[in-house]
Parts: sequence; C-alpha cells; structure tokens
Amino acid sequence: MKANILSLQNKISPEDFTPLPDRFFAEAGTETEEIGYWKASWQRLKANKIAMVALGIILVLIIFAFIGPMLSPYSYEQQVRSDAGLWPCLKHPFGTDRLGRDIMVRCMIGTRISLVVGFVSATIVLVIGSIYGSIAGLAGGKVDIFMMRIVDIIYSVPEILLIVVIKMVISEPLDTLIASTPAFKGLQRIGSGLIAIFIVYGLLYWVGMARIVRGQILQLKNQEFVTAARAMGCKSGRMIREHLLPNCVGQLVATAMLQIPSAIFTEAFLSYLGIGVSAPMASLGSLTSEALNGITSYPYRVISPAILISLIILSFNLFGDGLRDALDPKMKK
Amino acid sequence: MQTLRYIIKRVLLAAVSLFVIVTLTFFLMNLMPGDPFMSEKATEENRAILIAKYGLDKPVHIQYLRYLENLLKGDMGTSYVLQKGRAVSDIIRESFSVSMQIGLKALGLAILVGLVLGCIAGLRKDKIADNIIRVFSSIGISMPSYVIASILLIVLAVNLNLLPISYKKSGGWVMPMITLAMYPACYLARLTRASILEVMNQDYLRTERAKGMSEFVVVFIHALKNSLIPVITYLAPLTAHILTGGFVAESVFNVPGLGRYFVSCISSRDYTMIMGITIFYSALIIVMNLICDILYKIVDPRIKFD
Amino acid sequence: MTVSNQTTSGAGKDILLEVRGLKKYFQVKTGLFKSVDLKAVDDVSFSIRKGETLGIVGESGCGKTTLGRTILRLEEPTGGDILYAGESILHRDMNEFRDKMQIVFQDPYASLDPRKTVSDIIGEAMDIRKMYPNKAERRDRILELMELVGLNQQFYNRFPHEFSGGQRQRIGIARSLAAGPSFIVCDEPVSALDVSIQAQIINMLEDLQKEKQLTYLFIAHDLAVVKHISRHVGVMYLGHMVELAESYELYKNPLHPYTQMLLSSIPVANPDLSRSRKRIRLTGEIPSPLSPPSGCPFRNRCPKADGKCAECLPSLEDTGSGHLAACHHL
Repeated sequence: MKANILSLQNKISPEDFTPLPDRFFAEAGTETEEIGYWKASWQRLKANKIAMVALGIILVLIIFAFIGPMLSPYSYEQQVRSDAGLWPCLKHPFGTDRLGRDIMVRCMIGTRISLVVGFVSATIVLVIGSIYGSIAGLAGGKVDIFMMRIVDIIYSVPEILLIVVIKMVISEPLDTLIASTPAFKGLQRIGSGLIAIFIVYGLLYWVGMARIVRGQILQLKNQEFVTAARAMGCKSGRMIREHLLPNCVGQLVATAMLQIPSAIFTEAFLSYLGIGVSAPMASLGSLTSEALNGITSYPYRVISPAILISLIILSFNLFGDGLRDALDPKMKK
Repeated sequence: MQTLRYIIKRVLLAAVSLFVIVTLTFFLMNLMPGDPFMSEKATEENRAILIAKYGLDKPVHIQYLRYLENLLKGDMGTSYVLQKGRAVSDIIRESFSVSMQIGLKALGLAILVGLVLGCIAGLRKDKIADNIIRVFSSIGISMPSYVIASILLIVLAVNLNLLPISYKKSGGWVMPMITLAMYPACYLARLTRASILEVMNQDYLRTERAKGMSEFVVVFIHALKNSLIPVITYLAPLTAHILTGGFVAESVFNVPGLGRYFVSCISSRDYTMIMGITIFYSALIIVMNLICDILYKIVDPRIKFD
Repeated sequence: MTVSNQTTSGAGKDILLEVRGLKKYFQVKTGLFKSVDLKAVDDVSFSIRKGETLGIVGESGCGKTTLGRTILRLEEPTGGDILYAGESILHRDMNEFRDKMQIVFQDPYASLDPRKTVSDIIGEAMDIRKMYPNKAERRDRILELMELVGLNQQFYNRFPHEFSGGQRQRIGIARSLAAGPSFIVCDEPVSALDVSIQAQIINMLEDLQKEKQLTYLFIAHDLAVVKHISRHVGVMYLGHMVELAESYELYKNPLHPYTQMLLSSIPVANPDLSRSRKRIRLTGEIPSPLSPPSGCPFRNRCPKADGKCAECLPSLEDTGSGHLAACHHL
C-alpha cells in the first residue's frame, strides 16, 4: 500500500493481535489497594515529565527570588559607583546598570514581585470567584440570572484599559491612606502600586472563575448523589462542604493555577508602561523598560529580565496545563 | 427566531456594557486627585479661568450629563494637555488609522501563520513538525510583547542591521507587526491543533472514510471546516489583544498610533483623552465580541446559550 | 389494602403511607413569556399497608419516578396530600421524616458521591443525625449494614468507582437503611443492572423487607420484575394512575386496555404458550406530556377509543373486590 502523508489510519500489524503475556493478567488481580483522589492526581502529574520539569523550574525560581537576595553581597537599591555599566562578569553575573546597581539582585527582587503578584492574585480570584459563582449556582432562578448579567458585563469590559484607569485613580489615595494609618504601616514596603493591582484583580478578574464555578455547581446540583444526600436529610451547609466543593475543587485549583501566569503577564505589562511598582523597587517589567534606552550598547541589561519573565510564565503555563490534566482528566484536550 | 432573540439579547447586553464603561470611566476620572492644569506654570487666577472654560467647576452630575449628550453626537471634548484645543475624536481618528494599518497586517499574519502551523501540527500529531510547533508556540504565548519587541530590536535591528529602528523609515512597520502578531499566532496554532485533533476523532469522519472518500476530501472539506468553528470565538480576544498590544509595540518602536497616545495621556493626566480612548477601545472590543458571538451562533447551531 | 379515591374514607390502622390526589406540575418555558404546565403526576391516590409492597409500572416518561420523588418531597408537590402513619408530611419540616422515609436510586453510578468512601456514604445519614458520637460504634454499625447487604468488610474504605453496578446498588441500599427507615421508595433499583444481578438484588430487598418489616413503593418499567415482589400493582400512564389491583388479579385479569397491551408485550419463555397467546400490539408513541390528548390520556393509542373518551377523563373506579381501573369501556 502506498503511504499517504495525510493518512490518519492506524498502522495495524499482526503483532497487535497476539495474546497478552501472562504477567499482564497476574498483576491485574492484585491492584486493589485504595487510591484516593489526590494520590491518583499526583500519580498522573508525576507521569507528566513536562509538568514536573516546569515544577522544578518554579521551585528553583522561588529559591532564586526569596533566598537569593539574602546571599547576594549587594542590595537591590545599592549603587556601586565604581561598578557602573559593567558587562556580565564574575562579580556581577548579570552585569550592572548605569547607576552601578547589580542587575542580578534586581532581577531576584523582580522575580519575587512577579511570583507574589501571581500567587496573591490567583488567591483573590479563587476566593471571590468561587464564592460568587457558588452563590449564583446554588441560588438559581432570578438571583442567578441577575448575578450572571453582572458577570457578563464585567466580562465584556476590556480589563487592561480599566486596570490602567483604576490604578491611576486609586494609587494616590492609597498612598496617603497607608502613610496616615498606623495599622497599614507594613504595607508601605509593598507599595501602593502592587496593592492597586491586587484591588483591580479583586474587582475585575474573578469573573472567569465565577463562571466556571457556577457551571460546575449547576452541573453537580443536578447529579443524583446530591439528590441522594438531600434524601438523607443533608442541609445546604453540609451539602456545599461535603459534596459540592470536594467534587469541583480539582478544577478550581487548576483554573486558579492558570490565573497565575496571566497575573504575572499583567504586572509586567503595567510595570513596563511605568504604572506598576514604583522606583526604586524593581520589577521585571520596569527593569526591561529602564534598559531599553541603551539597548544598542548594553543589550545584556534587557536580556536577563526578559528571559526570566518568559521563563516564569512558560513554567507556570506548562505546570498549569499538566495540573489541569492531572486533576481533571475529563478536561484534557 | 431563537437566533434573532439571541442577537437582540446580545446587542442589549453590549449596549449596557458600553454604558457602564462610559459611566465608570467618567466617575473614576473625576475621583482622580488634582486637575489637569496643576502642572502648568499658571497663577491661581489663570487656573480658575481654565477650569471654568472647560466646565470643570460645575457639579459632577451636570458634567456627566453633558458628556453623555456630547458623546451621542460623536463629540468627546477637546484635549486639555497633550494637543491642547484639538478635538479628542480627531486625534483618535488620526492616530487610530496608523494603529489600524499595523493592526490589520498583524491580524492577517497571525491568522495565516497560526492556522497553517496549527493544521500542520494537528495533522502530523506527535511527528517532528508537531513537536517543534508545540514547543515554539508554548514559548510564544509565554513572552510578554515587550520581550518580543526587545528581542526583535536586538537581533534584527542592532546585530543584523536588517530593519530600521524608527517607524518612519521604510520597512519600519515590520517589527511592530511581528511583535503584535506573535502571541495571537502561537495561541491560534495551539487552538487549531486541539480543535483538529478533536474533530479527527469524530465518527462522521470515520464514516466519510468508510464511504471511500479520499483523504484530501476528508481532511480539507470535512475536518477543517468543522475544526475552524472554535477558532472564530478567538477572533474577538485576538483583536483585543492586538489593540492593547499596541500600547507596548507602539511605544517601543515610536509608532504615532493610538496606543502610544494612551500611554502618554496617562502620564500627563489628559482626562478627556484618557476617557475618549478608553471608550473608543471598549466600544471596539465590545462590538468585535458581539460580532464573533453572533457569527459563532449562526455557524454552529449546536451551541446553546442559556 | 384500601384504596381511597374519596379522601375521606377511613384509613385502616395498619396503613403506613397514604397519598391523596397528589399532583406535581413543572413549568416549562415555551416562549419568551409563555410557559406551559407539564403534568408529571396528576391526581394520583393510593395507600400502602405496613410491610407490603406497591409496585408502580409504566413506560418511561409516565411520571413514576416523579411520583416517588414527590412522595419524599425531593420535589415539592403542586397539590394533594401525603400521609405517613396518618400524619401529613406536607406541613412539617421534612427532615423529621427523612429517617423514616428513604429511597434507593435507579442509577447506581450517579447516585454515589465519587469523592466519598463506602463507609462515609453509608454513614452519612447517621453523621447528619449525630446518631453515633462514638467512632467505634459508628464503625460497627456501618459494618453491620455492609454485612446485611452482602458487602465484604474490606470494602470499608474503598471508593465507589472501584465497584460493579450490583455492588454499588448494594451500597445504595445500605445507605438507605442506615437511619432505620420503615418506608423505602425503590426507584427502578435493578433496571441499570445485568439480568443475573437483578434477581440477587430483588431477593435481597425481599429478605430485608421480611426481616425489618419494611414497606416498599417499588417503581419499575418492567411488569415481570414488579410481579415478583409486589402485593399490589399500579399502572401509570402520562401522570395518571390507570389501573390498580392486587398483583395476581392484575396479571390474570387486566381491565384497562393499556395494561392489557403492556402484559401482552412481556415475552413468554414457553413457545407454545407464546404462539397461542392473543397479542395486542402497543402502537404509537406516548404523546408529549406538554400537550396530552383531551379526555382520556390513552385514547390516541387505544383500540376502543370513541367520542366519549375525547370528552371526559375516566375516573379510577372500583370494579369489585378492590380492582380499580380508569376506563369508559369496562
């Protein structure tokens, strides 16, 4: 038969029809040990090499961002005049900028900000989105329709534009609030820019999560085991805690995980435009935009933060995909 | 009948969304501390005159109603700071035509490259071509647009000296176009691949083959047609991405487009310009979403919207 | 068994469950503002004595499942009354009755929470009522229930997906027994199972009934299954009860044309008997419950239908010795 390059037929050979070896049947009987949902998911995840490599990179990045700055002899705002404008060397593996600040330490701080933004935003989205979505899904009827219309409207808003506008509006009042209220003193170091990003996430980005949670709840609500629990006398609180949440938690975690790279993306974008974190704080986005002026003579200053941000997003994307496949095999594409 | 009802519902929803955005941006702008003339080296008196001239001393709700009224007439007010005295709608029209030229090219490039790569990957699943395309598209969707722009600058302009850095020189549009098209092209390739793989497993394709249809007919007439349906839904976010991606690409490459204007309005607090551009962009994206949803509904009658 | 069409008739002392003129309508949207009532259960009355079984048969879509669920208030009834041990359950908190009135579901796959272990599924009713604060007692009770339904003790911590349909149905039965009920709705408990398993489950249900003095409402679409287990059998068509009689009487002497058709569609193992039997073929399809025929719901498929059938709905009347049927042509 002539091989057709577009052929999608399975190549079938006679070997496919030989009986299976005996050991295949011998093992089938003994596999009775109980496997819980999480353990099974972890086994699926472990089998996914790409996701495990991505997880490894994420762990390395976390160490780089949170432990790295402690080991470095420089601080992110320290200006060593004599070392200004150095190319990568032993003393400064990523080089220095024109003020003599060590780019590696600044990259570590930038990575830390990216990771914090990613995790905190994903948590905000997870909490607000699942509460809102489960209320809408459980209530049903007119309440549900009304709540989902609000979601539809927020969903159709181009969020990047509103982020920019909202960020500008709340930055300054936030600064004064933090400065004047002793209780918020701790927040000063984070900076109003980051808090503004979190607030915007809390206001806008949860809608996707809310839709997914509502869909899940609606689907679960009609399952017979929920009716069965009701027939046992199970009340709403117990129903959510014991039956509904455990059955959609996998998908929630996976969706929240994929929220992390998108949040990191947004932060880098805003910082690049100069409306994210404020100087002298370093973000991977602002590091690149600072370096862009001298790109013809000092391309290395652009390269390290650019590679880092791409690596962070790439590993979270790949790990998120793997996690989704592992936690919810039904969603696998 | 049902489709018509759906269309009416979607149009109404889009109108409400737009109204919400207009209202929200207006009041947010008003909440913003300071006024656009703070930076001017003007006496208190002059500032008062300017504020009176632009009606900023009136109560907020009167300003709001007046803005709405003017907006319906297509008048978005005049720029306070950036190009003092010029109508916002004129500035938008002028700079958007620049953005659109690059945007349309990027859109075309993204769709062409994305679909072709996605089809190759989908039809040659797990072969070398598929693996290469998957690796590159995964990396492509993980790079923020400013990273792509920087890499292009370093490689194509600085090291190889192939293309000019400035937009104004000939060929200056190539790098902004690639910057804009990269993410959507990679995303589309992944989407197309997944969609083709799903369609290829359907029973009706097996039936076509069993009927003796040639592989060409099966793939190009039946499989592609149906696997492209989900791709349509991505066209709206794609447009949105190319628009907002313009912020970065236009700033990096100094393109006198709407995105760059938006960035510079923010730093100079040009209220009317920020509002005008936000509303314009939002309207554009909402209308694109609307068109895509309706198209999708018509093309794929299986889809049910609750 | 006493059947009370007139809701006033005196209920005997040993009647456990009585249903009077039960109605369940669903609103179905047909247009933007229009909606139509879907009459899933329409004016159904019967009663069951303690320790006995009432079988309900009918084609799919006739409202038998809705009937079972409405009796347990898993669906709120639109009208009528349900009395448990002489007391209406409609005006009290249903949770007071949940431990006495239970259900076994049709689908052994969908009705077990996939994230719970067997012990948690069976123990749920006890946990909700905090019946056994002592962990060891709870465990003993669950193991006892598992033994009762024929489940091996080592399955205690397993998950439902590890079991076959028959075993899952046993879990479902153990669960319904956990709170110590006296009335159980068996909603097609065997129709999702292999024929070889069906008999095991039915026999088990019968044994349990004898042992624990249980009262069943046994729903099935298969007359043969119902015949085996039920003392009385009711036949439903489009939400209406069309015939109700003692099991033996109904099979020997079906009065309603629909029952006659159903019975003649049961395959008989003896070929001689099969050939000699007069068969009445069931023609046509069940009409949409959204637009049922006027008058008698069965008239568009009935060989005896005439003008009177189109005009008024026949009522369920006693034809003597407790055999009830709803037909103008008796």
